[in-house]
Amino acid sequence: MHIVYPAVVSALLFSIGVYGVLARRNTILVLMSVELMLNAVNLNLVAFDVWLRDRLHGGQVLTLFVIVIAAAELGVGLAIVLAVYRNRKTVDLDHLRDLAEPLPTSTSPSPAALPSATSDPPPGSSQASPAGASRRSPADGAPGSPTDQDPPSGGASSSGNGEGGAGYAVGDSVAGEHDPGRDEPARRGGAR
Amino acid sequence: MTEAVPSYLSPTGQEIVFLLLGAVAVGSALLVVTTKQLVHAALWLVVSFGALAGCYLVLTAEFVAWVQVLIYVGAVVVLLLFGIMLTRAPIGRSADLDSGNRITALVVAVATAALLVTVVIDGFHTAYAPLEPGPGSAQELGASVFRNWVLPFEALSVLLLAALIGAIVLSRTDITSAAPPPTDESRGK
Repeated sequence: MHIVYPAVVSALLFSIGVYGVLARRNTILVLMSVELMLNAVNLNLVAFDVWLRDRLHGGQVLTLFVIVIAAAELGVGLAIVLAVYRNRKTVDLDHLRDLAEPLPTSTSPSPAALPSATSDPPPGSSQASPAGASRRSPADGAPGSPTDQDPPSGGASSSGNGEGGAGYAVGDSVAGEHDPGRDEPARRGGAR
Repeated sequence: MTEAVPSYLSPTGQEIVFLLLGAVAVGSALLVVTTKQLVHAALWLVVSFGALAGCYLVLTAEFVAWVQVLIYVGAVVVLLLFGIMLTRAPIGRSADLDSGNRITALVVAVATAALLVTVVIDGFHTAYAPLEPGPGSAQELGASVFRNWVLPFEALSVLLLAALIGAIVLSRTDITSAAPPPTDESRGK
């Protein structure tokens, strides 16, 4: 047996798994793709164990260990997926964006972001400052008052934000997140 | 290992069987990541894992093949089907199984495949291993596990126990902490 054959099959399986992890939207399909990648690794381990004729059978024993670890990983992963489903009623990876960075480019045309424009943008985020500066010009009449309107728009992000700029950013992402979330099927149907 | 490599143009019967099984595995894996129905993806995963078990058998790794059949085909796919069922996934054809970055994923996957296949063919085109039965049997492998690999085996059993308890704790709903967070239900909406 040429070792190239199992190695090529394994490489193709791994690439298919990479595609599945990156392209799929459902979390369970992503877990299936991870299993495909683990199986590709297993095939490599078995093939090279046969080639090298390891006296300790390290490759095949490690294959058994990987199978066991994959089973454990899948059990915990599915439990996490079910917990997410209980809390969010969805397992779509595109909708689980609470830990994502706020995108100033996508939220800048949102009209909900206009009254919450702060007079001083957050000092750390350099990419948020031009958007804040351009947004400040329509509300130029009252430069101090928009910071007082910050808590209503950022109400969902009341969990201990130190400065007003961070609260503005997180609240902005929340306000910009829910509107595309509701008309998601329409937007998706239009894109398709 | 590298002496007298047989020609690629005269494949043996084992290689032909392995290539057919590998083609089945790769094809059904492609269907897993491209099908529009969730349940069909899980069932194609059964086909892929079964073909991989056949590949292990051809490579004389009998014990690994049967463990693959028992754990992957028997347990993992059933667990995935339970997950599909419990998340109330649509049974029929659903149009939104692929996310928006499918083109990027395709580019990355094709680049990965090209790189890996090129490197593997370049590196191992002279490697040849004559297949002889015996070294992958349950007796050999069991002796190896319990003679040389006892410590990883025991650590793995502890890990499996921890994962089991963790999965139970994560999936049970009647376990409440000392101070149940009241914002949990309101955040779920």
